[in-house]
Amino acid sequence: MAADGLTYTIVDTANMSTAEIYGKVLCDLAEKHKEIVGLSADLAKSTKMGQFAATFPDRFFNAGIAEQNMFGMAAGLAKAGLTPFVSTFAVFASLRAAEQVRTDICYQKLNVKIIATHAGTSFGQAGTTHHCTEDLAVMRSFANMVVIAPADGIETANAVMAAYEHKGPVYIRINRGFDPFLYEKSDYGFQIGKAVQLKDGTDITIIACGAAAYNAYHAAGILEKEDKLSVRVINMHTIKPIDEEAILKAVMETRRIVTFEDHNIVGGLGSAVAEVIVKSGKGCAFETVGIPDQYAIIGLPEDLQNYYGFDQNKIIEKVRQIMGKDFEQTEDWEDEV
Amino acid sequence: MPLTQQEIQQFTAKACQLRKDAIDTVYWAGGGHIGGSLSFTEIMILLYYKYARIDPKNPGWDDRDRIVVSKGHAGVGYAPILADKGYFPKELLKEFNHTGSILGMHLDGNKVPGVDVSTGSLGHGLPITVGLGIGARLQGKSWLTYCVLGDGECDEGSVWEAAMAAAHYKVTNIITIVDRNRMMIDGPTEEVMRLEPFADKWKAFGWIVKEVDGHDFNQLADAIEYTQKEDKAPVVIIAHTIKGKCVDFMEDKYEWHYGGLDSEKVELAKACIEKHYCEL
Repeated sequence: MAADGLTYTIVDTANMSTAEIYGKVLCDLAEKHKEIVGLSADLAKSTKMGQFAATFPDRFFNAGIAEQNMFGMAAGLAKAGLTPFVSTFAVFASLRAAEQVRTDICYQKLNVKIIATHAGTSFGQAGTTHHCTEDLAVMRSFANMVVIAPADGIETANAVMAAYEHKGPVYIRINRGFDPFLYEKSDYGFQIGKAVQLKDGTDITIIACGAAAYNAYHAAGILEKEDKLSVRVINMHTIKPIDEEAILKAVMETRRIVTFEDHNIVGGLGSAVAEVIVKSGKGCAFETVGIPDQYAIIGLPEDLQNYYGFDQNKIIEKVRQIMGKDFEQTEDWEDEV
Repeated sequence: MPLTQQEIQQFTAKACQLRKDAIDTVYWAGGGHIGGSLSFTEIMILLYYKYARIDPKNPGWDDRDRIVVSKGHAGVGYAPILADKGYFPKELLKEFNHTGSILGMHLDGNKVPGVDVSTGSLGHGLPITVGLGIGARLQGKSWLTYCVLGDGECDEGSVWEAAMAAAHYKVTNIITIVDRNRMMIDGPTEEVMRLEPFADKWKAFGWIVKEVDGHDFNQLADAIEYTQKEDKAPVVIIAHTIKGKCVDFMEDKYEWHYGGLDSEKVELAKACIEKHYCEL
């Protein structure tokens, strides 16, 4: 249960898109906390900030299609003692107004919450102008920023509540449309910076975030049943600060790690995990799967998940491929430091 | 006349002193944005010594007026004012730009007492000011936000995004002053990227425009007092100034946007400033 006593279940949120769940949670928080204000840049409707706007019209500010000013205004509102929630598409939050987010908000450690929708390739049909496969890389390079990629709507509810409780800037990237539910209810102990182990295993660890987490969990079930593999699955919802302990435990205990994310393989979850592994001095078989440093093709999100290798079938294939590789296992770690 | 004769005398003496302090600071810093630090002196004096409700002993006072120096590169002109007001010891100016100093070219609000907003990247100050203004209004607070813009930074689209928003949301608890010194790094504003008809642009965005001589305390004070009372639309005060004001070899020279000074030039610059004030 979050500090606010708000809990959400699959029943309350049935038939709601991930962004709609965000909109509902924001309204619930705003009801209790009068200092919450909302901003959007002509995307209140699409980001579901519109629910807040309709409920609290005096506390909502549409910046028009002017993201730089929107984030500057959010900085000013935070400086005045308010808690701004800002929503637009991820590509505009992380790229169009990147400097305002960095300089006005992160540099000054301001209490601004950015809930960016249509992340990754979840708006696949819209093409590269509306895909966002760079935000995790950009946002995690901003000092003071917390970066979260929730796996589903329930986790989004948790992330939004946790973002409110956290004093300082937070970036949450969510998908357009509906995410299949990984969780049935919100009281599973979500904590910023603490990964959720969805399944224990000893042969290989899958580390995933966002839409890939659900796919990885179900892929692991099939691999266990059909291939008799013991697959650990970690939902790394917080990309920064990343849960180093969970990664190092996986290195030591499973010796094989593969990451899946709806993001460029440069700079996102895979890179963040790699940094931890390399720093540890412990070797392990390691692969990153995501958009392979290119602009994604156009298509339905579920097709793109397949195309870029992070739907359930492709995750199964990738794990089989890694397990089929010759990998020398040694019990003696000390000589590898 | 909004100011008394005594105030004019006091502020004039202050302008002489602060301009010389800016010259010294450039010397200690090994270089600085001196041109624009000499053009905004009178504007800053009226904010810090006359109009803004601030308490240097309590820089974080909740009900203080906020001052956003959007032309954040004018650090060598801004820091001596904060030191003179007592936000930090004047001795610190001697460490300006030095490794580990709290004072760098663009002042950091998290480090320097008295700096409300960390600026330096141009086009950021007015959006933040609009947010501060809305934030104060929403909470029923009476504090005002003063914003000092450079004219060159008005090339930035974000300034006009904020101008549009301020008019749309009728943000009238902000006082926006443009230091119109007509010079930027690469040349005169009208050659690098034409701003004129500058006043008409603001008017077209729904603002009331007041144009004044930015070195004339009474004209500036009149405009500030008008703006404090105006509640129908935001007001911009276009303060016509001279870049490098009071230093003969710098006046109106865009080359002095940024520069260094050796001890000989420091003395020459200070002599110019003193001569200027003796002749008044």
